[in-house]
Amino acid sequence: MNSIVGNSKSKSMVEKSAQVIFTVCAFFAVLAVVSITAYMILSGTPALSQVGIAELLFGTVWKPTAAEPSYGILYVILTSIVGTTMAIVLGVPIGVFTAIFLAETASKRLAAIVRPAIELLAGIPSVIYGLLGIMLLCPAMYKLEQVIFADSSTHQFTGGANLLSAVLVLAIMILPTVINISESALRSVPSSLKAASLAMGASEIQTIFKVILPAAKSGIVTAIVLGVGRAIGEAMAISLVSGSSVNAPFPFNSVRFLTTALVSEMGYASDLHRQVLFTIGLVLFAFIMFINLGLTRILKGGAKHE
Amino acid sequence: MKKRMISLLAAGILVVGSLTGCGNTTETESPAAQSSAPAAQEAAPEESSAAQESAPAEESSAAEVAEANTDLSGSVSMSGSTSMEKLANAVAESFMVKYPNVTVTAEFTGSSAGVESVLAGSCDIGNSSRALTEDEKAEGAVENIVAIDGIAVVVDPANTVTNLTKDQLISIYTGETTNWSEVGGADQAIVVVGREAGSGTRGAFEELLEIEDACAYANELDSTGAVMAKVASTPGAIGYVSLDVLDDTVIAVQLDGVDATEENIKAGSYSLSRPFVMATKGEISEQKPEVQELFNYLASEEGQELIKSVGLILPE
Repeated sequence: MNSIVGNSKSKSMVEKSAQVIFTVCAFFAVLAVVSITAYMILSGTPALSQVGIAELLFGTVWKPTAAEPSYGILYVILTSIVGTTMAIVLGVPIGVFTAIFLAETASKRLAAIVRPAIELLAGIPSVIYGLLGIMLLCPAMYKLEQVIFADSSTHQFTGGANLLSAVLVLAIMILPTVINISESALRSVPSSLKAASLAMGASEIQTIFKVILPAAKSGIVTAIVLGVGRAIGEAMAISLVSGSSVNAPFPFNSVRFLTTALVSEMGYASDLHRQVLFTIGLVLFAFIMFINLGLTRILKGGAKHE
Repeated sequence: MKKRMISLLAAGILVVGSLTGCGNTTETESPAAQSSAPAAQEAAPEESSAAQESAPAEESSAAEVAEANTDLSGSVSMSGSTSMEKLANAVAESFMVKYPNVTVTAEFTGSSAGVESVLAGSCDIGNSSRALTEDEKAEGAVENIVAIDGIAVVVDPANTVTNLTKDQLISIYTGETTNWSEVGGADQAIVVVGREAGSGTRGAFEELLEIEDACAYANELDSTGAVMAKVASTPGAIGYVSLDVLDDTVIAVQLDGVDATEENIKAGSYSLSRPFVMATKGEISEQKPEVQELFNYLASEEGQELIKSVGLILPE
C-alpha cells in the first residue's frame, strides 16, 4: 500500500493534497498580516480622532496621566527616526566591511574565528545587550557626560542613559543581520567578474569597491532594510539604556523610542492613554511598512538602470 | 511585483515579531499577573499545611471548615483606586480560591469614583488610596484601613546627603535643584530617576508631594527593580521605591529628619505614606456576609501575609 511506486491514482492524490497544504500554509502568513493590519488600524485610529491628529503626531508634551492630559508623540517619533538612522550610519559600514573581509580578504584561519563570533552575536537575546549596556556602557557614558557638560547649567544629567547609548547598542545588534546578508550577496557575485577586473589590471581594493560591491548592491540594500527593521522594532535592549523620558532626540538626552513607549507604559495604562499607546503601535507599524515599500522601490529603480 | 510581495511579507513578519515581543512583556509585567502569582503560591501551602495539621487531630473540624468554605456564596464587588489594583486583585484571587462560590470583582476607576459608587450602592467596597474626607464620612462611608503604602527616597551608596526636607525633595524632582551641593552634599549633578506614567508608586509620590505631572525626570524606568539598579549604580542618582524593597545597595534618606521605617509610618511621622482604605457604606457588621467574611479574611493571618506579600505595611 505504502510503497514508493504506488499507482497513478494515489500519486495524484498525494500531489493534490500536498498542493492544498502548501497553499493553506502560504495563506496563513497572508492571513496573519491582514488581521494584524486590520487590528492595528481598528485599535490605533480611535485615539487619533479623540486627541486630534495634529496634536497627537506633532505635539511635544507627553503627560498621559495629568489632570489635563497631553498626548504629543512628536519627540517619540523623531527619536525612533534619529536613533535608527544613527545606528544604521554606524552599523552598516562596519557590517559591510566585515562582510567584505569574510567574503574576500580573510584567511581561512581568521574567518574561522570571526564567523562563529558573529553567529554567536546573532544568538544573544536582546535583554542581554541591554543589561551589558547598563553595566558597562552607561557608566562610561556618564563619565563622558560629566566631562562634556561640566559647565552647563541647563543640561539634565541622565546617568549615561541616553540616545547615544541606545544607538551604540542598536548598532551592535544589527551587525549580524547586515554581515550575514551582505556576505552572501558578495559571495553570489560571479567569480568571472572578479577575474575579469583583476585581469584588466585593477588592484584587489579597486576590484572590491568598483566591481564586487556594485554588483552586490541589491543584496546589501536588503541587508540595510532588514537592519532598519531590526533597529526600529527593538524594544527590550534600548528600554534599559535610553532613559525613557520623553525628550528631543539629542545625543545626551534621555529619550523614548516608539517601541519603548509601548513597553514601558502598557502595563498600567487605561482608557485614552491605552488607546494612544495603540496609536503609537500603529505609527510604528506604518513606519516599517513605509520603509520596506520605499526601499524596495529604490532597489527596483537601481536594478533598472543597470 | 514579486519582490514587493516578498518585502511586504517580510515587513509583516518583522511586525509580528516586534508585536509578540511587546505582548509578552506587558503580560508578564501586568500587575495582576505579578500579584496573583505570589498570592496563589502563598495561599496554597498554608492551606495544605493547615489541613495537614488539623486532619489527624480532629477530622470533623477539618470537614466543617471545608463545608463553611463552600457554604458561603454570593458576590463582592470592589471599585476604586488604581494604586490598589495589585492588592485588590491579590485579595480577590486568593479569597475566591478559599471560597469558591463567592465571586469577587474589582474595577479600577480612581479613589473618589470608588467612594462615590459605594455610597451610591453600585458596589460593596470602595477602594481609596487616601484617607476619606469629612464629607464622604458624613455621607455614611466608613473608613476601613486595610494597609499602608510607604515610599522611600533612595540615593546611591556613596552620597553624603542623608537627610532631605520635603521642600528640597520637591525642588529636586521639579528640576529646580540640579546639584547635590545645593542641598549640602558634594559638587555632583543630580540624576533624577522615577517611574513611568501610570505607575502607582509614581502616582503616590507625586500626589503626596503635590507635584503631579510637574516632575522633570531624567530616567523613567518601568519597574521598581530597575529604579533600584539605576540608583545603586549611578553616582548622584536619586529615586523612589516602595518601602518593602529597600536593601543595602542604596541609601534611604531621611525625610525632614525622619527615617523611612515601618514604625515611623505607623506613628505618622514619616510623610511619604498613605492609607489604603476599603470603604463600606455603614459599618462592616452591617454588610452582607460575604463582605464581612472578606474583611475577616484580610484580618486573618493569611490575609495579613497577603498584604505584606504585595509590599504593603499592616496597619495597627
